[in-house]
Amino acid sequence: MAARITCAPKRYLLQFAHEHLDFRLQEVKSVISMLGCGALLKEKEVDNGSPFLEIELPSEKEAKAVMQRTVLGKRLYELWAEGTTVSEVVSKLQKLPDGFIKPYTDENSSFRIVVETFNKKISSADKVRRIEQLLTESTCILKGKINLSVPDNSFHLLEFYKFDSITSPNEPQKVYFGRWVSDGQRDWIREYHLQNRHFIANTSMDACLSMVMANLAQVKENDFVIDPFVGSGSLLVSSAHFGAYVIGTDIDYLLLHAKARPSRAKQKTRSEDESVQSNLRQYGLENKYIDVLVADASLQKMWRDGWKFDAIITDPPYGIRESASKIVRRDLQEEAEDYGAAHYPQKTNYQLGDIFKDLLNFAAKFLCIGGRLVYWLPIYRPDYCESNIPQHPCLEVRFNCEQPLSTTISRRLITMVKVCEHQEVSEPQGASIEVDHYEMLTFRQKYFKATSAAVNNSLQVKVQKT
Amino acid sequence: MKLLTHNMLTSSVIKGVTKGFPLKIVASKVEVREVDYNEPFIIKTLSKVDWPALHQAANEVGYGEDLPIELGEDFQKDETLLRKIHNALLQVDIIEGELVCPESGRKFPISNGIPNMLLSEHEVSS
Repeated sequence: MAARITCAPKRYLLQFAHEHLDFRLQEVKSVISMLGCGALLKEKEVDNGSPFLEIELPSEKEAKAVMQRTVLGKRLYELWAEGTTVSEVVSKLQKLPDGFIKPYTDENSSFRIVVETFNKKISSADKVRRIEQLLTESTCILKGKINLSVPDNSFHLLEFYKFDSITSPNEPQKVYFGRWVSDGQRDWIREYHLQNRHFIANTSMDACLSMVMANLAQVKENDFVIDPFVGSGSLLVSSAHFGAYVIGTDIDYLLLHAKARPSRAKQKTRSEDESVQSNLRQYGLENKYIDVLVADASLQKMWRDGWKFDAIITDPPYGIRESASKIVRRDLQEEAEDYGAAHYPQKTNYQLGDIFKDLLNFAAKFLCIGGRLVYWLPIYRPDYCESNIPQHPCLEVRFNCEQPLSTTISRRLITMVKVCEHQEVSEPQGASIEVDHYEMLTFRQKYFKATSAAVNNSLQVKVQKT
Repeated sequence: MKLLTHNMLTSSVIKGVTKGFPLKIVASKVEVREVDYNEPFIIKTLSKVDWPALHQAANEVGYGEDLPIELGEDFQKDETLLRKIHNALLQVDIIEGELVCPESGRKFPISNGIPNMLLSEHEVSS
């Protein structure tokens, strides 16, 4: 929806959570673009380490819509004043137009003032002093009754101090005063926590990043989303949460049928009803579950020509925690086996670079125009350059966010959009990598050496023998 | 496995198979599980669905008598029909059975509602 050109845009302040720093701006930008609201972002402060982002949006309606999606955005305020000192902020408050403040400063309404500081601890006494300064010098503004627990309006004085590892800074970098509008979706992170998930695998994606991925993929109500390396379905949960119907494929028969070794330390065997479907059922999202299939993601011919998905969200195997495999053709003269029995065909090492090329070719063919592919790329940081990012003529890279795992390894979350239709060629081609990051053995050796040396709590590294 | 999924699958990965669609269904256990009716999703999906394949599949599992042979022009306004389509696409679930390649006869087993589309090494065409 285009912004109303008759009204001036409103100024808001978004307070980010302090995690996944590289992803925060991108998630917000993706959500804003998905909602189609015109917005102006003042990114410079965030680049300097501030958790605050000033955004201009057409109205509170759009502001609340953004907060209905973001998990890295913690809180949103309507920005009333900003400056470098509390006094400066207070004097600016005095100059606010009546029409602006009137709806929130009625004598019959209740309010509270909350003081928060970032990168500096101040005493309760100091906080009270600031509140008193606000109340005495802005009486015309803050007129109503004080209610600390359930006020009609919650006003926040926020002070950002620049982080200095040596001394505690005396003066704030920036001071803001705003009216609380909305919280983001961080509560869902607890709701969807893997600790309580019915069915997990070694590589299940944590709830926060799953939701970020769904936001980068711009998953909407009634979309049809696929994860070609679905595992336990952790990425499908967040897409279903945002209203999409979901389907997954995985080459691992035992995992999908919950017959593989359990991932939880104290669990002896998996229970029979563990499945991707039961995960969605756990959260009341079973209506969105379409299917999972045991299948080889590299074989595009399995899918009918002309079928389209709205988004592909996936975390391909890197051959590090789970061995990457695909079925390989052999010119054997053997008799065909009994296909009714469970058959586990010979798998071979799937060259890492090939996984990503196959994925891009699949996306180019089976995404609708404007549809998005969101996937992780494992990186050995000393060797990384932008030419490592796989490319395809039908897909454009929109975002490239790094999650560092140690000083030498990381993974990058790549978001691509399909911009034009796939042209039929005799050989599946199209995807290319300018500079291959995954030269045969060296990448695995470097990555594995780095992870075994690195102290990293969030990843349990298990190298599967092929 | 739902009939919506069946509508997307082919066996043309098999060496020598040219079209491989639609796969025949031989079902030994079929259930109907209630799924919330969502009209916009059904209408959106119908623009991608191969109707004759859906009709054939529904018949093969015993839920085809509700569906017309051809999908007319005005289906978007016909809620009764849309609900029947919803039933066929999303509620009918093949728990045990087989998908059969129409050209080679190769069977893909379905167990616990999950089809196994994996081929042997020598079946995979390049």
